Amino acid sequence: MATLATPVAAAPVHADAPPTYAETTRDVIATLQPPGRKYFAGMALVLAGLAFGAFCWGYQLRYGLGVTGYQPPIFWGSYITTFVFWVGIAHSGTLISAILLLFRSGWRTAVYRAAEMMTVFAVMTAGLFPILHLGRAWYAYWVFPYPNFRGVWSNFRSPLVWDVFAISTYLTVSATFLTMGLIPDVAAVRDQARGWRKKLYGMLSFGWKGSDREWHHFGRMYLYLAGFATPLVLSVHSVVSWDFAMAIVPGWHATIFAPYFVAGAIFSGCGMVITILVPLRKAFRLERYIRVSHFESLAKVCLLTASIVAYAYATEFFMAWYSGNPFERASFYSRAFGQYWWATWIMLTCNAFIPQLLWFKKVRTSVPTLFVISIFINIGMWFERFVIIVTGLSHEYEPWQWSYYVPRWPELGILVGSFCWFSMWFLLAIKFLPSVAIAEMKEALPPPLKGEAHR
Amino acid sequence: MSAPAGVVGVFGRLDAAVEAVGSLKARGYANYRVYSPVPRPELADALAKKESPVRVFTLAGALCGTAFGFFYAIATSLDWPLITGGKPIISWPPFVVIGFETTILIGSLVTVGAMFLLAGLPKLGRAPGYDPRFSDDKFGVVAFGGPAQLAEARDLFRAAGAEEVKDV
Repeated sequence: MATLATPVAAAPVHADAPPTYAETTRDVIATLQPPGRKYFAGMALVLAGLAFGAFCWGYQLRYGLGVTGYQPPIFWGSYITTFVFWVGIAHSGTLISAILLLFRSGWRTAVYRAAEMMTVFAVMTAGLFPILHLGRAWYAYWVFPYPNFRGVWSNFRSPLVWDVFAISTYLTVSATFLTMGLIPDVAAVRDQARGWRKKLYGMLSFGWKGSDREWHHFGRMYLYLAGFATPLVLSVHSVVSWDFAMAIVPGWHATIFAPYFVAGAIFSGCGMVITILVPLRKAFRLERYIRVSHFESLAKVCLLTASIVAYAYATEFFMAWYSGNPFERASFYSRAFGQYWWATWIMLTCNAFIPQLLWFKKVRTSVPTLFVISIFINIGMWFERFVIIVTGLSHEYEPWQWSYYVPRWPELGILVGSFCWFSMWFLLAIKFLPSVAIAEMKEALPPPLKGEAHR
Repeated sequence: MSAPAGVVGVFGRLDAAVEAVGSLKARGYANYRVYSPVPRPELADALAKKESPVRVFTLAGALCGTAFGFFYAIATSLDWPLITGGKPIISWPPFVVIGFETTILIGSLVTVGAMFLLAGLPKLGRAPGYDPRFSDDKFGVVAFGGPAQLAEARDLFRAAGAEEVKDV
């Protein structure tokens, strides 16, 4: 099925010379070649996991929320944990694409497209969970304030409604940002493609030609979009944190929550970017574009945000003690040494202790080690949300309310299904869209000038 | 109206394309177009365009978004005046969150719409002088005009170091 004019060419690995414009186009478009057996095997696995997740949801709809491990008063469990986890994952994409654009960090160019794709798919995954969490999922649209004959509107004083606005805005803006960045790259693919692909990419590129007029307005638009996305990314996880902090549950009701959640989100997102980029780079032989130095920069962001998160953990415990509030003290004592000690110590180990290895340059520049650390970060950040949500609810004011919740198999099935849903979109995207930004990669390269040898 | 006949210079070197644009401008050409695979500041400097008006749309969109967010929250709260938590019906602090999100949502969408409008996208059909190489590794300068101007443009492109000069 030769639909692309560009032959698959093995990019020279670890070549020191920067690639030329033509090589960049060729190497990135080569990633869109028809996939091999490994890809289809991976896709089959992912679809099987997704089908199992769908089955679990169907089971839950049939038999009701009693199939979960909910124990009164713990009605926020694995689904809300996983919702916050995926929203958090989404954050580093916008950090890398928007905030680092405003800071003019050169290293973002190689990794931002994959991070942005990750953002959009992670929000798409997160958005499922408030629905999955409902017993009567078919009423999910009630969260939106729409005119209805009963004359009832949403309560705009509720953080849950803020969340609806924040998450919908985030999905729209991050998808727009991704689509806009793709326009010049899709045009480059169109110009190298033949047949139906040429038509498809022609439509997707909106007829982009790279004229001076187009670039002139495009550049401004992209800058302002980054300017919008930057406060947005900070607001979204702050709003998510207020879902908790606005309640008076001990362990939740803290002003530290917004910055603490934002730092955690960027930390988990950068961890996930590393988890995704390592296999992507190897499978597509993109070593010349996604270099070890890029991983090192990501590792530094992880180290910084891990330190902020560790500081936030320490502050939470300190404030619980220093406040003198017996409920806060009891809640935090229970968190560290009570029935959920295991979850808390997994969280502390993965998020506060293991990332300290990143102080060593040898660790930061070893891609396999970073991959392993990134897996720990992913696990640790899921547990962080579990610890906040479940330990808080399990140890409220009245001792008779104290309870114990562990997720049951339908919840775990849906958790697995969510990873598969995310992976499915990602696997599809990397075969249909350039996973490295062609135009921006070229922007970071030295331009061809007169008097140079013909490169 | 059919597109005027023009001449296109294909450049493999950025400085050659910049030089071609400079000489076109020096000779008083007004009707020309530059294609490039990548936005380069050198080209932008040579073209010396006025600031893009996208920013006006951005501001207008953002302000409309703010107004819409507050209006929506206030109007619906008044339409269903239910006191919760002993707080006023029109509670400003929580409405800031709604206003903030709609500012960004509508501001971003209007910015994107403005870019499409100003850049003339989506562009259906062919662009005169466009070559698929211009999205890969070549820069293209297209000059339009009468026969005498085109003859001059051909010479200018060759002098600047065009790899190929052709009529369109």
